[in-house]
Amino acid sequence: MRNWMCCKLDRCNFFQRGNLRWLLVISGLDIRVWQLLIMASLLLSGVWLRDFSLYPAQIGLTFTAGLITQWFFLRQFKLQQRGFLSAMITCFGLCLLLRSSTLWVHPVVVSLAMASKFLIRPQGAHLFNPANFGVVLGLIFFPHTWVTSGQWGADLTTALWLIAAGFFVTRNAHRLDITGYFLLFYGSLFLLIRIAWYGYPLAVFFHQFQNGALLLFAFFMISDPMTIPRHYKARIIHAALVSVFAYIWQYQFYGNQGIIWGLFLATPFVPLWNHLFPAPRYQWQSLSGENS
Amino acid sequence: MITRLLFLLLASLISQTSQAFCGFYVAKADASLYNQASQVVMARKGNKTVLSLMNDYQGELQDFALVVPVPEVLKEGQIHIGDAKIFAHIDNFTAPRLVEYHDEDPCQPRVMYEMMSKSVPMPAAAMPQKAKSDKSLGVTVEAEYTVGEYDIVILSAKESDGLETWLQSSGYKIPDGASAALQPYIKQGLKFFVAKVNLKEQSKTGSKFLRPLQFAFESPKFMLPIRLGMINAKGPQDLLVYILSEKGRVEASNYQTLKLPSNMDIPVHIKDDFANFYKVMFETQVKKQNLRAVFTEYFWNMGWCDPCAAEPLSPEELKQLGVFWLDGNSQRGMGIPVQVTRLHVRYTPDSFPEDLVFQETSDTANFQGRYVLRHAWQGNPEQCEAAKTYFKQLAERHEQEAKTLAELTGWSVADIRKKMNLDDAPKTGGADNQWWEKIW
Repeated sequence: MRNWMCCKLDRCNFFQRGNLRWLLVISGLDIRVWQLLIMASLLLSGVWLRDFSLYPAQIGLTFTAGLITQWFFLRQFKLQQRGFLSAMITCFGLCLLLRSSTLWVHPVVVSLAMASKFLIRPQGAHLFNPANFGVVLGLIFFPHTWVTSGQWGADLTTALWLIAAGFFVTRNAHRLDITGYFLLFYGSLFLLIRIAWYGYPLAVFFHQFQNGALLLFAFFMISDPMTIPRHYKARIIHAALVSVFAYIWQYQFYGNQGIIWGLFLATPFVPLWNHLFPAPRYQWQSLSGENS
Repeated sequence: MITRLLFLLLASLISQTSQAFCGFYVAKADASLYNQASQVVMARKGNKTVLSLMNDYQGELQDFALVVPVPEVLKEGQIHIGDAKIFAHIDNFTAPRLVEYHDEDPCQPRVMYEMMSKSVPMPAAAMPQKAKSDKSLGVTVEAEYTVGEYDIVILSAKESDGLETWLQSSGYKIPDGASAALQPYIKQGLKFFVAKVNLKEQSKTGSKFLRPLQFAFESPKFMLPIRLGMINAKGPQDLLVYILSEKGRVEASNYQTLKLPSNMDIPVHIKDDFANFYKVMFETQVKKQNLRAVFTEYFWNMGWCDPCAAEPLSPEELKQLGVFWLDGNSQRGMGIPVQVTRLHVRYTPDSFPEDLVFQETSDTANFQGRYVLRHAWQGNPEQCEAAKTYFKQLAERHEQEAKTLAELTGWSVADIRKKMNLDDAPKTGGADNQWWEKIW
């Protein structure tokens, strides 16, 4: 008994002495590190379990080209060497979305996407979400390039996992509101109204709402705090506009990847919303709330 | 250094292109494996689609009814009777296949050949009474034709209940409750292509079987209405869709599209049981995905194949299937501007709640369901030193083949080993068997 108590007390001291320091270290990490870990696990599970037609070389080349482009532009504009976490998020985003039967498309697209961060800067901040910009460029200009919107299936487990992981990241990035507005406008409102209007069974709604691509977009793309309006009212307008464009693209013109195009088309209006609804710029934070 | 990097990049780019599959074609797993599988050929370029429906209807001809939502009122010239033989040809051409190799004599090794063989390839109804527009039911007969052995009406409707009533009162045997499934199509402004058999015309064909129906139309929607066929479904249904496109592989955009496990070495005794193996393997994969996935069984340029389960379809056959964009000068290198994607779906009303929507990707990487038999060299382990190593590796390879087969089909490894007569294989040095494997 005495030995057990000793042991227990020792363990308490062990924790108090700071061996739980890893928790502090974790909470001090940039939120984007968490996002990276989640995106990496999604990519790995996608490649291994979901039959993503992505070659390891494409992943390697994407990261190499993305990081080199970031470094090049920082050096060119004589800026502090930072922002590599965001660059990696863009690389993961493009690997998760873009498919190509050649090896050169991914590195070229990621380079153009990263370049857009430095070259398209109305109001002194980059306009497009680089991964979104890269995917659209890839679809328009590059042969043998496509996006497989059905790659996540509509399986509930994946959907829940994405919701949980995405919630975690966006909550801490203080931009959960836009994910909520978007899912409300597009996911619930538009899809539900369409289903009710045409008389589809409710199962169609669940099938569409559980689509991994929709949830991934809502939690990891539209929620990018640097490319959405700064004021919360403007974010409601932005989410509504993305939803309208996405719906028209998908269900009026019968195009594919409506949500990707919806965001791309709605983004040029963001400077206008920032002008009409002024608010301070977003700063990336750690879990403990420190700016980075 | 940069030159070297560029060379490496170029080499890896080249390695992405398809490689020729060696191996002798042995057997195929065609559509006859599945009871009453629906077969559809879609030829599409731009907004233009030619849809061919294979008819495997086996009941009383007067009970036959076919209702297909179509985007416009089809003119008589847009409807055509196809040839079932071409359907059989495209099925045979794209069917998953079994190929075989014979091991080389290890005592006379040929390094180049060995390297090549190791390279892994990349991947219905009584006669409707003179059907006239019935305003009270909201149904309008837009057109009426007799094409081949079919009497066809093109309907537009305002209410799904009215359409169901009209169809039933006009003698088409459609199941009760069809109105719920018809409703979304009416709301979208689609017309209905309704066919039944003209028994007089049918008797003239001299055949007991119905020929495929084909129709050409223009629509931005690249989809296949599958929900109507589910109304009276009693269990999972099989659908084979052959899509002829110009540029690349076609996949479902609203369901997950998976490639079936392929290019695997399996035990040689499967040679006599390939059809059963494929059936069980497909079922296992379908269950793994809870009947929620679309499976790609084949994607290749229509101009060639390797190994060929059947000769590529001729330009004339392709034209018959609706490939309107092919002209005399279409040959480009090894290929022609026609790609064929074979999709296999097993669905239930619950697992596929909405119609299939497709997208043509720019993917041109060839894929085929291909299973490989490797026949052992019939020599003696004592013949040379290399033969000893060969038999050791052979035992390991057989073990791997047994495990692969078990994993693909869910069959017991022990049974597979028994069928493979693994104990009879010559052993040198002993394979790394577990001690407990021999107990029971």
